[in-house]
Amino acid sequence: MLSAFLAVLRRDLLLAWRGRADVLVTLAFFVIVVCLFPFGVGAETNLLRTIAPGVLWVAALLACLLSLHRLFAQDHGDGTLEQLLLSSEPAVLWVTAKVLAFWLTTGLPVVAVAPVLGMLLDLEQGAYPVLVISLALGTPILALLGAVGAALTLGLRGGGMLLALLVLPLFVPVLIFGAGAVEAELSGTGATAHLLLLGGGLAGALALAPWACAAALRVSTE
Amino acid sequence: MLEAHDLACLKGDRLLFRGLALRLQAGGLLRVAGPNGVGKTSLLRLVTGLALPETGEVRWRGVGIRRDREALHRELLYLGHAPALNDLLTPLENLRFACAAAGDDADEQSCVTALARIGLENQLDLPARVLSQGQRRRVGLARLFLSARRPLWVLDEPFTALDAAAVAELATTLSDHCDAGGMVMLTTHQDAPFARAPEVLDVGGYAC
Repeated sequence: MLSAFLAVLRRDLLLAWRGRADVLVTLAFFVIVVCLFPFGVGAETNLLRTIAPGVLWVAALLACLLSLHRLFAQDHGDGTLEQLLLSSEPAVLWVTAKVLAFWLTTGLPVVAVAPVLGMLLDLEQGAYPVLVISLALGTPILALLGAVGAALTLGLRGGGMLLALLVLPLFVPVLIFGAGAVEAELSGTGATAHLLLLGGGLAGALALAPWACAAALRVSTE
Repeated sequence: MLEAHDLACLKGDRLLFRGLALRLQAGGLLRVAGPNGVGKTSLLRLVTGLALPETGEVRWRGVGIRRDREALHRELLYLGHAPALNDLLTPLENLRFACAAAGDDADEQSCVTALARIGLENQLDLPARVLSQGQRRRVGLARLFLSARRPLWVLDEPFTALDAAAVAELATTLSDHCDAGGMVMLTTHQDAPFARAPEVLDVGGYAC
């Protein structure tokens, strides 16, 4: 039952390792976007400290969006996707494996680097755990929702822009609760409610998005 | 075993063919013929369930494949026009992945044997991007040796880019599969040296 899941996970991680330049580009994009803000809004520490949670979250979201089109494009082009759709194992499993591999190679590095960039923006000490937890809960939601969009726009001309238009509105709630969690922690009201909502969102996305994604892939390859 | 009746295929807003019927029994070898663009590949995709027909139904062992897609996919081996190879992986990694993804158990040794049998023993560790077209095609075809227990083989232009010796060998493999009670449905423009002449389905006869 799990052979397709493990095969896809192992292969996608291996491919990410062989094509690690792509992974590094995503990470570099995240770092550069965050670094642009001090140049744009000025090096006023108080201001940077205030906008830090939002900046980090928006940059993480854009970094995720930037690499989403890669998720199925290669497999669609070389015929692997057709073979996967003909697998006798449920499509939901290997779709989940692909999204998991995608998150491990784009989301997780972003989560790991975010605290360092938080220091750059002089984020307050106490907010780091919440920042990491909120990103760790939120970026998988972005990957899952984004995967549905990537599957729907597969093979379309100008699919990249369409993908952005399609998924960015869906990312808004994640952004609100993600950045909100850090701000709530800073303001002293506690981030528990925000983090619980993000966790609930992740559970919901994990339960529903692979199904939607598999259905969308069937439609796109037809 | 594999039956279809009254199939119509819509591509974009153009009807490619309609009223197409086919029947493939155990041991049958069916060659789908017709000029370019008549809908041969589309017909194969309808039969595999990758695409849905506009009208009509494909049945596998008497059950419509829309109702039970898994039953067909457990017993189907489809090799499409694209060889499903990732350029960053070696032929061995590609083949092992293809088998595992399909749900076949194939250990490393049997994959190496299959690749050696199809003439790629020296290319096992090269990335697929340095392979020639014919060699890429062969990596895909190596699955035939590992999926012999799947009775229905649907092959889209399997002879393309192969040299004469490989064509003859592949024809023998396909004939053997049919003799063992399997079914083969394929498209080709070449006259392959099959042991016995395949049935021919001319899609051009149903064109709109």
